[in-house]
Amino acid sequence: MHNRYSLKEMFFEHLTRFSAILVLFFLSAIFIVLIIKAYPAIHHFGFSFITEQKWAPNFELFGGLPAIYGSFISTLIAMLFAIPVAIGIAIFLSEIAPKSLKSPIGVSIELLAAIPSVVYGMWGLFYLAPFMRDVFGGNGLGLFTAGLILAIMILPFISAITRDALNTTPKILKESAYALGATQWDVIKDIMIPYAKAGIVGSVILALGRAFGETMAVTFVMGNAHQIPSSIFEPATSIPSTLANEFSEVDSELYLSSLYLLALILFIISFIIIAFAKFYFLKNRVKRKKRLV
Amino acid sequence: MLKKIVVTAFLGSLSLFAGEKLTGAGATFPAPVYYDWAYNYKKATSHKVNYQSIGSGGGIEQISKRTVDFGASDEPLDMAKLDKEKLLQFPAVIGSIVIVHNIDGIKDEELKLSNSNIADIFLGKITKWNDPKILADNPKLNLPDEKITVVRRSDGSGTTYNFSYFLSAVSSEWKSKVGTGKSLDWPIGIGGKGNEGVTNFVKQTPNSVGYVENAYKLSNKLSGATIQTASGKWVTAREENFKSAAANANWDSNNHFYQILALQKGDTSYPIVAATFILLPREKVETNLLVVDFYNYSFENGDQSASKLGYVPLPTETKNLIKSYWKQNNLTQNNLTK
Repeated sequence: MHNRYSLKEMFFEHLTRFSAILVLFFLSAIFIVLIIKAYPAIHHFGFSFITEQKWAPNFELFGGLPAIYGSFISTLIAMLFAIPVAIGIAIFLSEIAPKSLKSPIGVSIELLAAIPSVVYGMWGLFYLAPFMRDVFGGNGLGLFTAGLILAIMILPFISAITRDALNTTPKILKESAYALGATQWDVIKDIMIPYAKAGIVGSVILALGRAFGETMAVTFVMGNAHQIPSSIFEPATSIPSTLANEFSEVDSELYLSSLYLLALILFIISFIIIAFAKFYFLKNRVKRKKRLV
Repeated sequence: MLKKIVVTAFLGSLSLFAGEKLTGAGATFPAPVYYDWAYNYKKATSHKVNYQSIGSGGGIEQISKRTVDFGASDEPLDMAKLDKEKLLQFPAVIGSIVIVHNIDGIKDEELKLSNSNIADIFLGKITKWNDPKILADNPKLNLPDEKITVVRRSDGSGTTYNFSYFLSAVSSEWKSKVGTGKSLDWPIGIGGKGNEGVTNFVKQTPNSVGYVENAYKLSNKLSGATIQTASGKWVTAREENFKSAAANANWDSNNHFYQILALQKGDTSYPIVAATFILLPREKVETNLLVVDFYNYSFENGDQSASKLGYVPLPTETKNLIKSYWKQNNLTQNNLTK
């Protein structure tokens, strides 16, 4: 009996270990394949791939700067809009909203996350872009429109996680603050947000990764022009939308390799973002442990 | 001799196995008509043709690796490439590219755009609809003092290849600055994904201009421009003018029909028509016979559905030339279905 039990346990232990290693295996496999596939472009262009602006497939000239720039700026715009609104929603839901509102609003925000990104793209193309055209001029497609769509898409991630993080604030802390004469705003600002800081930052970084890699919605509204636009209302392009647009009709090795190099750059940037997030979390946890000791 | 025996033996066994399955992959532009042909072919013969519209580049790659039975490409391959990959090539159907616009009050066929003006618009040199160069050809039209929004493809595309081939032929500046290709370094404009993407942008952006396959112009009721033949005569984007361009094409089966159809001779030849091609692996005689049978059947029975979908069927002389090309390459048995 004892033997069978430990056998089961051993099997389960190995199964979990195997699953964990499998993830690592896939990750490194993808990384290696990207490097191998991107090598011809790395070899051919070297560092200038990141600084070169011209993208002319018919002349075998590939510069990744417009796509990298477009990814960064559209993500930045998305974060600028999404973070304050999402944190505001989270604070409202965890602290201010009456009970009868909490769950309907909470659920609808979570539902936003379930809408496929192509639907956001179509909505952006048919409704948001004409609106932007009327308000800001130009043709309504570009970095700003893409940033707004991305902001709506990442909103639920930030607000849901932030709300959960705020909800973990111990009641006793809040009540102590109120007892000392703190207003609701004081409690939110000085007790809840500092307490939930790690969770909030984590959610923001998660959303950042998602915005950075978003493909379909951005492809619809970005304008897909390989250029560094003179304003955020001009058409531009991003790394994922370049990949989505151009992979299917690749007709030379260098072209294919350049697209893989863009994918590799995206991979590395995402890796850095997540590594940064992990680092931040760990640092915080260690600090808190020390404080407890 | 041995080949013939094998082929006949194979054909003998074929009747036992009704319901053969063929897989093809490639160009997106002819996909609607291939689906339609495949549907009718299956009804007539119970042979199934499964076409994956993944793009010409993908089609060429997959047939070169022999992972599909036939490939399809909007851009013809030249002799060198065909020999290298050991492929046969023949045209299947013809499409045409229409300059579409969205200007308030200007109806289909009303706007005349000379071929050099088209190049200048896509180069970003003509930026407004009331530019003197455009007004000169359209004295009666009330063209707005508005910026032109250029819409073009964001993805690599055979449509772009044929359109840029046309632009390179009519404008030396286009040829040296931008050139011909499936994806280009566009001087200006917004990029839509696929013909449907360009269609959507043109439809909803006032004062825009773009290029799409005729099928998309028809189904979306877009307004097309009247453009010029090779010799400078005005020509509308209508089926009879596409047909006259197709009829003037000078196909040569000795170079596997390598031919770009832009700017054909003739006073009514629409200048931007393009054939789309089928690629076959030279060594795979058995499956080639089945593919050839499918296209043979469709050449004989599929003209009407091609026209209905906005394509131009190949002229009879071209079809006969293709049939003799099949014969030259030992793909003679063309009545498998009967």
